Amino acid sequence: MSRFSDANLAIATDIISRYPVKKSALIPLLHLAQEQDGYVTDDAMRHIAELTGTTPAEVKGTGSFYEMFKFHPVGTYMVNVCTNLSCQLLGGEELLDHAEKTLGVKAGGTTADGMFTLEDVECIAACTEAPCLQVNYRYKLRMSHDEFDQMIEDLRSGRADDIPAHGTLATIRQAIPAGKGAGIVPPEDAREAPVWLARNDSSEEG
Amino acid sequence: MPTHAYIPHAPGYVDNDGPKIVTSRFPHEDSYTLERYEATGGYDGLRAALAKKPSEVHDDVREATVLGRGGAGFPAGVKWGFMPPGKFPYYLVVNGDESEPGTYKDRLLMERDPHQLIEGCLITCYALGLAQCFLYVRGEMALAQERIAQALNDAYEKGLVGKNILGTHFSVDITLTWGAGAYIVGEETALIESLEGNRGMPRLKPPYFPAAIGLYGQPTIVNNVETLSNLPWLMVNGPSQYKTYGSADSPGTRMIAVSGHVNRPGVYEIEQGVTTFRELFYGDNFCQGIRDGHELKMFVPGGGSAPWFFPEQLDLPLEARPVGAAGSMLGSGAIMVMDETTDAVKAALRLVRFYARESCGKCTPCREGTTWEERVLQRILDGEGRPSDIDMLLDIADNISPGPYPNAADPSQGLEAVPFPPKQTTICPLGPSSVAPITSTIRRFRHEYEAKITKRDSIPVAAAPVEAGS
Repeated sequence: MSRFSDANLAIATDIISRYPVKKSALIPLLHLAQEQDGYVTDDAMRHIAELTGTTPAEVKGTGSFYEMFKFHPVGTYMVNVCTNLSCQLLGGEELLDHAEKTLGVKAGGTTADGMFTLEDVECIAACTEAPCLQVNYRYKLRMSHDEFDQMIEDLRSGRADDIPAHGTLATIRQAIPAGKGAGIVPPEDAREAPVWLARNDSSEEG
Repeated sequence: MPTHAYIPHAPGYVDNDGPKIVTSRFPHEDSYTLERYEATGGYDGLRAALAKKPSEVHDDVREATVLGRGGAGFPAGVKWGFMPPGKFPYYLVVNGDESEPGTYKDRLLMERDPHQLIEGCLITCYALGLAQCFLYVRGEMALAQERIAQALNDAYEKGLVGKNILGTHFSVDITLTWGAGAYIVGEETALIESLEGNRGMPRLKPPYFPAAIGLYGQPTIVNNVETLSNLPWLMVNGPSQYKTYGSADSPGTRMIAVSGHVNRPGVYEIEQGVTTFRELFYGDNFCQGIRDGHELKMFVPGGGSAPWFFPEQLDLPLEARPVGAAGSMLGSGAIMVMDETTDAVKAALRLVRFYARESCGKCTPCREGTTWEERVLQRILDGEGRPSDIDMLLDIADNISPGPYPNAADPSQGLEAVPFPPKQTTICPLGPSSVAPITSTIRRFRHEYEAKITKRDSIPVAAAPVEAGS
């Protein structure tokens, strides 16, 4: 499919500049690729390898370790139902069963219209609000079965405008204003103590 | 309008009476904005720190005995002292990859008060001579990432982060970076690997602390979100004031998330070593009792890795030492409460399955052992259990974390029969953590396991090929 668009390439270049070593930008760039295409394409991986001075195999090797990266098309909405202990105690497994029935797919599957991918996930850190789920990593808490059906209906009809499409995790990006950054120093050039430490505190080791 | 509000205000946080160090701004609707932060004493801690020598700031943290809030409870000031002198650059990595089952205090801190965390990072960087900080947030936490990104943009704009902070020589860059769904990345060396663009697998030890060799081979301090969030208050109020909260061993407060079968689950800020489990579960100021008049059966005192507690342990205070002496840990500050309707085997399986799924696969005892544990538990639950399965589970557990195991023939054995801290056969504690739910429940509820093993006489004792549990 596609490499980074011009706008995304500018973002990618900015992200890479924040790390002393280019390869560190790998995971953020995989997120960016997923944001662009909905999943990580082979071309995107090749492009990331070029940008970070790695190989496509390294990019895939790292990316495939992490559950959030999808290397094949998934639904517009990832519906991730938590069934870990806190949620299980308060109906998480029943909620997953209900979700399977409503969507007509088993956990891991995508609906025929390509709208929803259902997943059974581990703890998503909302345990006191069980049972909970995430839709494209946005929380829906204390879900009843009726609320679940309502939510799916809202998403189908485009009424749930609080949930962006899959891949778009953070709508606000870190942007260091021009001239305000301290400047990332590559390790070789930064063997000296920073000036404030040297100035106030010459030889004392903290 | 959608029928479901996207993240209601500070979900799960319960504002109760009691001292507040890190959650004081939570009740404000706009607590995450720079305006609100500055209006409530924000960045005063940084100004107080900048008025001192860096080494004095470090001394304050050491004197206050700020314990790490990520799980291990190691004193932050001592950890900072492990940095070898003169090996610049040093790095600070903030561990915001919170995924322990039951835990979610760090998410609230990042969503509700990102500036407090940023200020904590700046104070640390100033004390130790660090010029760059990486804030690693768990991938699934979209709102936390957005709020931190916004907070960093505002702070850069205002000259609170970046070059010549507040008109001094102090300059630091803070980079927001985020993961992509892997529990093990919460382990500090795995987090460093992930930050270097690799699969998040723990590094071989020694060195035991990345303070010696960490990110890009340089000395690196990895601190938890809640630990750093304590620092602004500490800088403003001083160590002696800090030590008036909590107990002598564990000063200050902790955020504790109580989930499961209680009337009012939630995240509470409590004083360490003062509040007991009983007070927390039954107190009017806290959880207000077990739901609908049910009885407490068991509880997990400190995240999925901790050996379980039972009603006898209710009067222990929430403090590292007494909880450790009783054979468990407070870990990440997550408590999961189960009433008498809970199936012990099913509950144990759910945590074991978590470890089986999240094992990174580097060490054989963990990779194979956790999967095997899951299969055996699943078949017991499916009514396909064999008489030898209980011993087999204990045997597998013993291979992942060797130690004395509870003996059903002697019910008088205390909880200390569960080996704790785990004796590892693996690089990191993930595998050994899977043992706790099994040994805890077999010791106490062996009869529940036996009741499920129905076909006692019809199945051969020897291990037969195992079908994967669904």
